[in-house]
Amino acid sequence: MRSWKRWHRDARRHPLSALVSLITHLAALCTVLILGFLVAYILINGIPNLKPALFSLTYTSENQSMLPAILNTCTMTLLSLLLAVPVGVGASIYLTEYAPRGSRLVALVRLTTETLSGIPSIVYGLFGMLLFGNALHLGYSMLSGALTLAIMILPLIMRTTEEALCSVPDMYREGSFGLGAGRLRTTLCVVLPAAVPGILSGVILGVGRIVGETAALMYTSGTVEKVAGLMDSGITLSVHMYRQASEGLYTEQAYATAVVLLALVLMINLLASRLAGKITKGRQA
Amino acid sequence: MEKNTSQALRTRLLAIREKGMALVFLLAALVSILCVGLICVFLFANGIPAMREIGVLDFLLGRTWKPGNDIYGIFPMIIGSVYVTGGALLLGVPIALLTAVYLAYFCPDGLYRLLKPAVELLAGIPSVVYGFFGIVVLVPFVRTISEPLDGKGNSIATASILLAIMILPTIIGVVEPALRAVPRSYYEGALALGATHERSVYTAVVPAAGSGILAGIVLGVGRAMGETMAVIMVAGNQARMPKGVFQGIRTLTGNIVIEMGYAAGLHREALIATGVVLFAFILIINLAFSALKRRDAA
Repeated sequence: MRSWKRWHRDARRHPLSALVSLITHLAALCTVLILGFLVAYILINGIPNLKPALFSLTYTSENQSMLPAILNTCTMTLLSLLLAVPVGVGASIYLTEYAPRGSRLVALVRLTTETLSGIPSIVYGLFGMLLFGNALHLGYSMLSGALTLAIMILPLIMRTTEEALCSVPDMYREGSFGLGAGRLRTTLCVVLPAAVPGILSGVILGVGRIVGETAALMYTSGTVEKVAGLMDSGITLSVHMYRQASEGLYTEQAYATAVVLLALVLMINLLASRLAGKITKGRQA
Repeated sequence: MEKNTSQALRTRLLAIREKGMALVFLLAALVSILCVGLICVFLFANGIPAMREIGVLDFLLGRTWKPGNDIYGIFPMIIGSVYVTGGALLLGVPIALLTAVYLAYFCPDGLYRLLKPAVELLAGIPSVVYGFFGIVVLVPFVRTISEPLDGKGNSIATASILLAIMILPTIIGVVEPALRAVPRSYYEGALALGATHERSVYTAVVPAAGSGILAGIVLGVGRAMGETMAVIMVAGNQARMPKGVFQGIRTLTGNIVIEMGYAAGLHREALIATGVVLFAFILIINLAFSALKRRDAA
């Protein structure tokens, strides 16, 4: 820490530098204050609104229960992960372990993955409605929602898995080949287990996106406030909150839903960074 | 003899398994190509005919959107998206860049371990929560300050402020690593020539990270343009040409979500065509982003 006196001396000698330093600090402070204000505002206004009626098993327009939406969110998360994780991990295995170096196919896969990760969620929503809802006759259902979200989180899963696989030292592979194992066995029994924490942190980030998604689900899984099965239309927590907030009649309940969403996201982020921390520590050791 | 054949069989089985799984992994890798292809095909196949029926120029440059009278001009929405994105960049980019510089070169280690996860959290908050925050905090705030100008709470200004907050973590997340990737010798060389810490950072390191910074901004543009729910909740959504900073506006994304629920026939196809236009915008932005990133890596 620079002492106040020294800072004063420096500032007199280089006034411009001092000004720039001040502006930089102010901007960072601004970012932190915005985040702090947002989180604090929602927690302070929302926690008193968390009433037991909001967690009753069936939704009525009177109790505005969010429990069905929470359960649907869980189903949606599980389904999307079930679809996206095997494909994403398989694709990353191909890209890092199997593909020949400098292959045109790999470049094309990279380009399309990057494209996927930039497509806005409403475009995914439109596409999901057209393909899964209309063309495949799934209608408004949890399944069409999950298929849409699976495509949406695929690039995220692929990127984190690739990073995790790449960070496994080549020693592991050479050792395994040296003992006579084939490529498949090396990949599945040696490389993949070593990459699990990295893959998991990607999966957790994917969960975060699924939980927070609204635009892609409104016209794929729909807005029915009921605990939904695979082929039924069901609302998730974020869509539920959008409905409450935009109707303008249920501000108190919307505050409560916001608290639950915020708490979920906080937990997800903590978990992901805890796992990421574990990886870097493991690498240093 | 018997033993030999079973041995051979086993090796063959192993080889088949090896080949088979390689094929499975290859197929998994092809899924993302397939998805992009499907998205293009389905959007274009459903959107282009409508565009042709309305007339491409009438659709893109028409200033009136009245589905009831079969008039579909999305120019107001294109302008709306551009204004809101521009406003967000104007407000958000300076703060995001300075914060990234702070995180990379000014922040003490202990504080960094706190700030970095905080910025990541900002990126993870769902857009409905941002939108709700906009409704309860920003809309009344903007309504109060724009009262003398006869402004509305749900306006371009409100949407811009909210989007500026939302693109902060996006830009910081790309720019900070770009700044860190600049070789330490740039900074040290400037210091050795007698420049102050601030001068070294801003005149030697920041220009060297130029394309990384640009890539961050481009990614921010993509995020702002594609954001849907938060914007709908604060922008007012009037489908008309913008009348001022403190007046309501509708974006391309908003147009789709608001009317899709009850649209049918040509109206519905016009909405899908709106999605096509949005998709085209985003594709251009993405290509710019990956080109910049590749230049950065080279």
